[in-house]
Amino acid sequence: MIAKTLQGSLTFSDIEAESGLAAALNHAPADALRHIDASGLRGRGGAGFPTSLKWDLAAKSPGDRKYVICNADEGEPGTFKDRVILSEFADMVFEGMTIGAMVIGAQYGLVYLRAEYTYLRPHLEAVLQRRRERNLLGKNIQGKEGFDFDIEIRMGAGAYVCGEETALIESLEGQRGEPRNRPPFPIDTGYLDNPTIVNNVETFAWVVCILARGAKWFKSVGTEKSTGRKLFSISGDCQRPGVYEFPMGITVAELLGEVGGEGAKAVQVGGAAGQCVPAAQSDRTIAYEDIPTGGSIIIFGPERDMLRVAENFLEFFVDESCGQCTPCREGAPRLLEGVKLLQQGRCSMQYLRELCDLGQSMQLAAKCGLGQTAPNAFLSIVEHFRDEILGRINGSLS
Amino acid sequence: MLVTERERLRDDLVKMADRFGRDRSALMPILQELKRTHYHISGYSMQVIADLLDIHPVEVDSVVSFYSFLDEKPQGQFVIRLCRTITCAMRGKEHVARQLVNDLGIDFGETTSDGKFSLAWANCLGMCDQGPAMLVNDNIYTHVTPEKVHGILEECRRTFGVHALADKEHAS
Repeated sequence: MIAKTLQGSLTFSDIEAESGLAAALNHAPADALRHIDASGLRGRGGAGFPTSLKWDLAAKSPGDRKYVICNADEGEPGTFKDRVILSEFADMVFEGMTIGAMVIGAQYGLVYLRAEYTYLRPHLEAVLQRRRERNLLGKNIQGKEGFDFDIEIRMGAGAYVCGEETALIESLEGQRGEPRNRPPFPIDTGYLDNPTIVNNVETFAWVVCILARGAKWFKSVGTEKSTGRKLFSISGDCQRPGVYEFPMGITVAELLGEVGGEGAKAVQVGGAAGQCVPAAQSDRTIAYEDIPTGGSIIIFGPERDMLRVAENFLEFFVDESCGQCTPCREGAPRLLEGVKLLQQGRCSMQYLRELCDLGQSMQLAAKCGLGQTAPNAFLSIVEHFRDEILGRINGSLS
Repeated sequence: MLVTERERLRDDLVKMADRFGRDRSALMPILQELKRTHYHISGYSMQVIADLLDIHPVEVDSVVSFYSFLDEKPQGQFVIRLCRTITCAMRGKEHVARQLVNDLGIDFGETTSDGKFSLAWANCLGMCDQGPAMLVNDNIYTHVTPEKVHGILEECRRTFGVHALADKEHAS
């Protein structure tokens, strides 16, 4: 029923099974961590936090119980690469989690799988069971005395905000998925107050590649601040949508060429939380230092109405805001009302400016990543498509 | 609800607590299992769960009301969730939505009077390259067209007996 959506060749296909874990087990945990540090790997969920730093802090946190959590709550609009990774490379993700457990000294692993992907669960449970039978999970893993680690799958229940790591932990604890104040951070006060690392599905898979092939190999592509390769979920107006692997630092124009999206009017990079890049800026690069993304690329052809795009994204945030903090709970509905005024052609420049100020206040004052990024799409569309959105007659584009 | 029905529900919930544990982190798995097998998280069941986990019933209610896949209203045996995100919208989800409303005779947010189908919107289902996408319980349908809607609903009606039987066996 689900079409195969992998395009081109993927590094993940070329890595020998369990070679990353074998390499890790040959090292002391601190040496394995040094390899990850040297690679410059940053979180592939989109926030881009250095993986080795997170793991180092969790390793140094005192505690008898530690947790490795895989964030499989892939809810960003336009993202589906984690679904493909979990379908095709589940072993690799679990292998990466096991390496993480060795590095920080964890005994327990949890996969927080979004409810929308419940159909993946039987497959994932079967893979876990096979790993237990091969002693890749369980007690004294691969003969390493005292290395005990197992992984359990826990289901989300349809809340985008639970992709935020502290909200995810709240949800696992049986609470509403409301983000916590930080500090304290999960690295010392995570799941049930134990030291915890939370990483994206893809990050764990790249850790395996780095240990199998080496930090130098990983760093040979990408930019100085954004090393390596990354998976992208491509959708929208292009000839070949699907999941692609590209080096970090690829320009928007190069990417459009690869997927058959030439002639696009705009590209939304980073999903609803990301920014809308107009065709005129297609020489910009996709990297943490320029346009960061968890891999969501949505392409808009020349006929698309950008106000419809802004409206759709804001409806999303109004629906998904947890309601905990005022800037997000109250701000997103005001921006959505503003979009409706623009659609009716009844928004003054003065009011549009006030809406943009409100958006900037949300970026500064909201409590978590959801609220801080909720105005991004609106602000970038207002900035780049002013001619298109002002002075409308009868709500239509032309 | 009859007393005997309540007792049966209570027994089911005790079994779930035995299986998932009686600490707070068992709350979500219990609620998810309850919804899967009983299609309804009632006020009474929230009370029982609160007793079993030794928390206040309001705590249970606040969790149920937070998550879009948990619901205090009785749900149909088949919950249909159509993706409303931009890429599915660009591929014609509005037409699929209209046909679902036509064929089911209910609006989004409602349940058919025979208790078979509930209709709801979902945010991104992670099928953006194959939209419009739609979940029917745990099953995903992609490239859905208005024309395909009828067939999908018929498939649900045909397999309903099998589903109900399997669920009963699973619950016991």
